[in-house]
Amino acid sequence: MKFFSVENLGIHFGGVVAVDDVSFEVQRGEVYTIIGPNGAGKTTIFNLIGLIYPATAGRILYQGRELTGLNPHRVAELGIARTFQNIELFEHATVLQNLLIGRHRHRSTALWQELAFTPAVRHAERAQREAVEKVIDFLDLQHYRDSMVAGLPYGVRKVIELGRALATEPKLLLLDEPSSGLNPEETNEMAFWIEDIKKGLGITVLMVEHDMSLVQRVSDRVLALSEGRAIAEGTPAEVQAHPAVIEAYLGSKEPA
Amino acid sequence: MIPITQLLQLLLAGVAQGCVYALVALGFVLIYKATETVNFAQGDLMMLGAFVALTGATVLGLPYWLTIVFAIAVMAVVGMLIEHIVLRPVLGYPAFTVVMITIGAGYVMRGAVTMIPGWGTETYALATPFADRVMRVGGVVVAEQQLAVIGHTALLCLVLYLFFRFTRVGIAMQASSQNQLAAYYMGIPVRRINMLIWGLSAGIATIGGILLAPTTFVHSNMGFIGLKAFPAAVVGGFGSVPGAIVGGLIIGVVEALAGFYMAEGFKDVAAYVVVLLVLMVKPSGIFGETVAKKV
Amino acid sequence: MRFLFKTAYDQDLRLFKHGGQVFWYGLLFVVLLAAPWWASEYMMSQLHFIGIYSIVGLGLMLLVGFTGQISLGHAAFLAVGAYTEALLQAAGWPFWLTLPCAALLSAAVGIVVGLPALRLKGIYLAIATLAFGVIVEEIITRWDSLTGGNSGKHLKPVELFGMKLDGDADFYYLCLALTALCCIALANLLRSPTGRAFVAIRDSEISASCMGVNLARYKTMSFALSAALTGIGGALYAHKVTFISPEQFTLLVSIELVTIVILGGVGSLHGAVFGAAFIIVLPQIISIAKDYLPSGVAGASGLQSTVFGLLLIGFIIFEPMGLYGRWLKIRTWLDLFPFYRKGMFRRQKTYMKSERLR
Repeated sequence: MKFFSVENLGIHFGGVVAVDDVSFEVQRGEVYTIIGPNGAGKTTIFNLIGLIYPATAGRILYQGRELTGLNPHRVAELGIARTFQNIELFEHATVLQNLLIGRHRHRSTALWQELAFTPAVRHAERAQREAVEKVIDFLDLQHYRDSMVAGLPYGVRKVIELGRALATEPKLLLLDEPSSGLNPEETNEMAFWIEDIKKGLGITVLMVEHDMSLVQRVSDRVLALSEGRAIAEGTPAEVQAHPAVIEAYLGSKEPA
Repeated sequence: MIPITQLLQLLLAGVAQGCVYALVALGFVLIYKATETVNFAQGDLMMLGAFVALTGATVLGLPYWLTIVFAIAVMAVVGMLIEHIVLRPVLGYPAFTVVMITIGAGYVMRGAVTMIPGWGTETYALATPFADRVMRVGGVVVAEQQLAVIGHTALLCLVLYLFFRFTRVGIAMQASSQNQLAAYYMGIPVRRINMLIWGLSAGIATIGGILLAPTTFVHSNMGFIGLKAFPAAVVGGFGSVPGAIVGGLIIGVVEALAGFYMAEGFKDVAAYVVVLLVLMVKPSGIFGETVAKKV
Repeated sequence: MRFLFKTAYDQDLRLFKHGGQVFWYGLLFVVLLAAPWWASEYMMSQLHFIGIYSIVGLGLMLLVGFTGQISLGHAAFLAVGAYTEALLQAAGWPFWLTLPCAALLSAAVGIVVGLPALRLKGIYLAIATLAFGVIVEEIITRWDSLTGGNSGKHLKPVELFGMKLDGDADFYYLCLALTALCCIALANLLRSPTGRAFVAIRDSEISASCMGVNLARYKTMSFALSAALTGIGGALYAHKVTFISPEQFTLLVSIELVTIVILGGVGSLHGAVFGAAFIIVLPQIISIAKDYLPSGVAGASGLQSTVFGLLLIGFIIFEPMGLYGRWLKIRTWLDLFPFYRKGMFRRQKTYMKSERLR
């Protein structure tokens, strides 16, 4: 049984075909990156997988079950977490509260218990807090724990987004341009974390990325997209040398 | 009266009333398009406009047409002042907060009217040249006032259409409504445009008030009719100028028909039942656009 | 200045963060318990209303302040609670049964409102709830076989376990107990997963959904809980005024309820109580101020309306965090004295971004 695969996926918005017949498979435990020039449809694919947009063609299979037609929250309950290209954190809450939301799918208490705050709820809350502290330790967010997200710098917020996704204890992590807006040091840290996530936490990572050095460093396999279509797949080196990829990014050589 | 004549009579009444709703809806759709503010005080602006017209006619003794011009001019200034004093400080606040501020402004207007000597809580009649004159077309009794309402509204729509289609201000308004920061960067004088829009909307509301006055008379609570403008704007498609007109007419006609054919009490809630139905089936209304956020 | 040195997760979970809070809230509670002794009859009546409107305010605060929805028709839930109480009491049901029924029926109506509201946001939701409120008011007026229409309904005093609660003090303790219970229940909710889910919906629906929050379920739950609380308030209100009729549940009342939330301070439980207290006390303040105003202004029937509007505008412009926000600032000033900096609570200047794309 394939861990995660996408078959003939496509979506069109009116006359615009954003994703056209894309198929790929992600194996458990690997870091799989999707690259492509702007407008190639990378984030659209993420939104299709996250079921924010409904696909008009093809299917998405995760551990043997089809994801098409489910609600976004069901996807999270199945163990797929994602980050967003334009950070979608909860601005008026603390970092801790943001991360605790990530634990939502692990909740075990009913409404009436929560209204009365029974010992069971207290116990559950302590457990959630411990789980979140592990993520905070992993990402070195200790001194931001009680800060409101609204006042924090961009680089920190990207890490918090990552933390929130990790707090859900996913089996598959979708990272949407993890290095966008980060300076070289922060990108370096991000690379370390992605490696740790793969090796230390055993989470499969499906990533969209522009920064080629990051792609080369952490990816096991790469898929190149252009104008909604897949044009090359393989190891980072193979894909980067592929003529179709070069043409998509740089254009073809014009005769002088 | 034979049924078809009855129906036509009702339709005429509905269209005439609908025009008033349309004018109020038009006023706040304009504000909404420019600033994404929903002005819950639009009805009260209408009320205030009617009072100003009343003063122009009685105290200053102006003839009807001059009264209209006078009232529009005064209310345009009032509208601009409201924008400047009340809304500019809250530029950038969440939409709900701004709605509450306009509700507050409505309260102030209603209260202030009672404190002005000569206005107070009395009900007044506004003299118009159309009042009490009727014609008979076929079997239908047509009040000249109704024709006046429809005629004024149509003329206004034409003027506004030309304004938005062929002037830079109209395009600037739309830019400002979608992303204020970007509009600022593009050199659009956002604050001045917002002020002008409010002046324009207040003027349109004034016309609505003057046209409504013969039916409801002028008193401090006449603005509550303006609440029906919200269903009108939703039905037509929020943010759409033709939508406001069409929506207003629809609501007016539905109300007129409900008042006659349905049980007592339905007339008052007809507009709201319609808007609930529209919101459940097609929230964007007839001419509205559906937008979704790109993440 | 107080430094909180945290050594256990429980310190974050607790309702009272430190001993000082326990002391002050305890003191407040003792003072409130002793109210029948220090308060005049008139003040007792005001306290009744403050309790009732606090509960309603808590309900609306949950929906607006914590889940980010809008409701301009909450008077409808107030009416459902009030009329349910009136009708069931007239049918002979005991209070300990009628009150939960009022809450449950209001909650059911809340679900009815909440379901179509799932797809609506912002101004559309506001208009939908407004329409709903108006329709409910009309239904109450027209269905006079059930509700007595414009002739209204009378209520007898509350009878709880054989005791007739017709004295000021009796009813007061009932209100106090219920208010305290509702406050605690909501505070509990907010430190559990459901409360966090509500806040997540307020701040970013899409990412809340992607984190596993079932939007439909939680939005409906929020409407239901909010309606239930308002229904409880409505039942108490009915007993307080002993006579209910449709004109007590109009759109203007709905707007007043929203004002409680805004004046009190959106997003805090204290705000509901502060706002309720302020709204109840306001007419008194206006009466006192009348002596200082010119007669043309003081005598006008629209004075209350004007003051109300000016306060609403003033608070939104100058104190968007509401009364509770102002109290926080004062307390922080006292706490940090003399290190308080003026810009501590300043919000970053925001530019309007299209709410249609939220």
